Amino acid sequence: MTDVAHLENVTFSYGEQPAVTDVTLSIGAGEFLGLIGPNGSGKTTLLHLLLGLLEPDSGRIELFGQPVSSFDQGERIGYVSQGATDRAETMPVTVREVVRMGRFAHAGHSRLSEEDRTAVDAALATVDIVNLAERRIGSLSGGQRQRAYIARALASEADLLALDEPTVGVDAESRDAFYKLLASLNERGITIVLIEHDIGVVTDRADHIACLNTHLYHHGDTESFVESDALADAYGASGRIVQHHH
Amino acid sequence: MSEPTEFETDDASTDEQPKSGRADSDPTADSDPTSGRDTHTTGNEPTTRRGPTTEASATGISLIQRIGLAATVVLAIVLTGFVVAYWLRSYPLLGDVATQYVYAGQHMDRLLGTNVFRHPVMWQSVATAVLVGIVAPLVGVFLVHREMALIGETLAHTAFAGVAVGLLLGATTDWQASLLLSALVVGIGGALAVQWLAERTDAYGDVAIAIMLTGSFAVGTLVISYGRGLTAVNVEEYLFGNLAFVTGEGARLMVVLTIFVVIGVASTYKQLLFITFDEQAARVARLNVRGYNALLVVMTAVVVVGAMQVLGVILVAGMLVIPVAAATQLAESFRETLSLSILFGQAAVLGGYALAISQSLPPGGSIIVVGIACYLFAIGWSGSSRRGVQIH
Repeated sequence: MTDVAHLENVTFSYGEQPAVTDVTLSIGAGEFLGLIGPNGSGKTTLLHLLLGLLEPDSGRIELFGQPVSSFDQGERIGYVSQGATDRAETMPVTVREVVRMGRFAHAGHSRLSEEDRTAVDAALATVDIVNLAERRIGSLSGGQRQRAYIARALASEADLLALDEPTVGVDAESRDAFYKLLASLNERGITIVLIEHDIGVVTDRADHIACLNTHLYHHGDTESFVESDALADAYGASGRIVQHHH
Repeated sequence: MSEPTEFETDDASTDEQPKSGRADSDPTADSDPTSGRDTHTTGNEPTTRRGPTTEASATGISLIQRIGLAATVVLAIVLTGFVVAYWLRSYPLLGDVATQYVYAGQHMDRLLGTNVFRHPVMWQSVATAVLVGIVAPLVGVFLVHREMALIGETLAHTAFAGVAVGLLLGATTDWQASLLLSALVVGIGGALAVQWLAERTDAYGDVAIAIMLTGSFAVGTLVISYGRGLTAVNVEEYLFGNLAFVTGEGARLMVVLTIFVVIGVASTYKQLLFITFDEQAARVARLNVRGYNALLVVMTAVVVVGAMQVLGVILVAGMLVIPVAAATQLAESFRETLSLSILFGQAAVLGGYALAISQSLPPGGSIIVVGIACYLFAIGWSGSSRRGVQIH
């Protein structure tokens, strides 16, 4: 089966400052990949490279078997960025309007069809926020907002869900429920790439771990990560030999 | 104008309940262990201010707003009718139509005790202002929520440089094209330059905006200074606007610009909304963000040139920002923001003209003052408990 994403010897720098150095990893269909590393380790940069938001200085990136630069099936990716909730604070947008955005890549310049509206309703129901659909998104709690963004990805019928620290500022109970939702979506076959600062949560939920600190210190299933020294290496020191399991 | 647009009519589903069949058929919806957990209203969610339009928003745009929008469309069509009829008045039937407008103006003058509406130039002026009151908030709603509010001010100053270039070319060559056309060309060029700068520096940062704003105004003043004595045209009208300043050509240009902007926004509403709300996610969805951004700044330049006739360079940005800021205080959805922005835009324009005519004041300042009164009213009406839109 074609990998959902494949990165080969990817390097990226902000000016003279290397952010990601010589990273090679593949994400298989249906994986739940936890991307971890200390602050400033290049996790978000790597995710942006993978999604095509940044171009690598060198190396090759493919999404669903296509070079990322020419990948045009945007509806297959659902992305929840770190700053996704910033605009929600001041901009009057309802939850339904946000979830509808997931259909825009399908609809192009045409009006949303009945099928689009049905997909929006189904996505709202799946994440259990039907009763919040007409509420202004800024009036929702952090956990509810994240569900709305997940619903946007589901409405898009995304095969890959990329989340960058989605539960910052979310209370523990809502966070737990949110990760159960992610697990259930993963069981449906949706590939998930998650950046999360809480390593305990990632090792509990993800079936694969990529541990990064500019270099990739570990990539493999969660068990092999737990048994390895990658965590101490990545968080405790820099410039160590890369450990890479496939 | 009368064509239903995406943002006016795309609300059929807002009051629909989810199709239970589809939701039920979704195995995850049934088996999801979290169902019913996180969506209970937890105690830690922020309290929503229930504004006066909240109930209406549950079913889309309220009836009052719909009536207001319909009245705005009718007013725009009637006034556009005059602009076209007066332009083509040498043709028999259209000449009669234009005359009827003037008769109607005479009646209005008698009723109101004024001496303004009998003059065709006033019809042109009102027509231009009403169209500005539609298209400025239409574009401004995206600018304000992208925190690009000052881009309108920048492009107005760029357009002023265009006027200056047009004046100089007119005085020193045989080139006889309109100054507004010159402003439009230079304004669009300035819009693309702003876009280019924004892509290469901090996105729409203060610095790029400040450089473009002062730079283009500096060029304008230098060109005017250089051409002084060569032309008798007074640039004061371009700076401050004037009731009697709108020419037939200016009004016709405004009609064309309005059609361009209304079609532009209606056909790209979804994309502009997505980019405004979450630009990164829109990029990941493979929307042509650069193209839509360029379209938005070009439409802004177009609106600015049209609005400059009535408001003047200095005040033109106010019409892009103030009605939207007022609407944001009250609206629950983005569509409602758009709808209320246009209504506040009309209130500012018509109220501003009433103030200007009755007190013999400049229209630009009057429109902006009435607009700000609307904004303060909206703040008071909303109870001001919600965090207001941040205007940068």
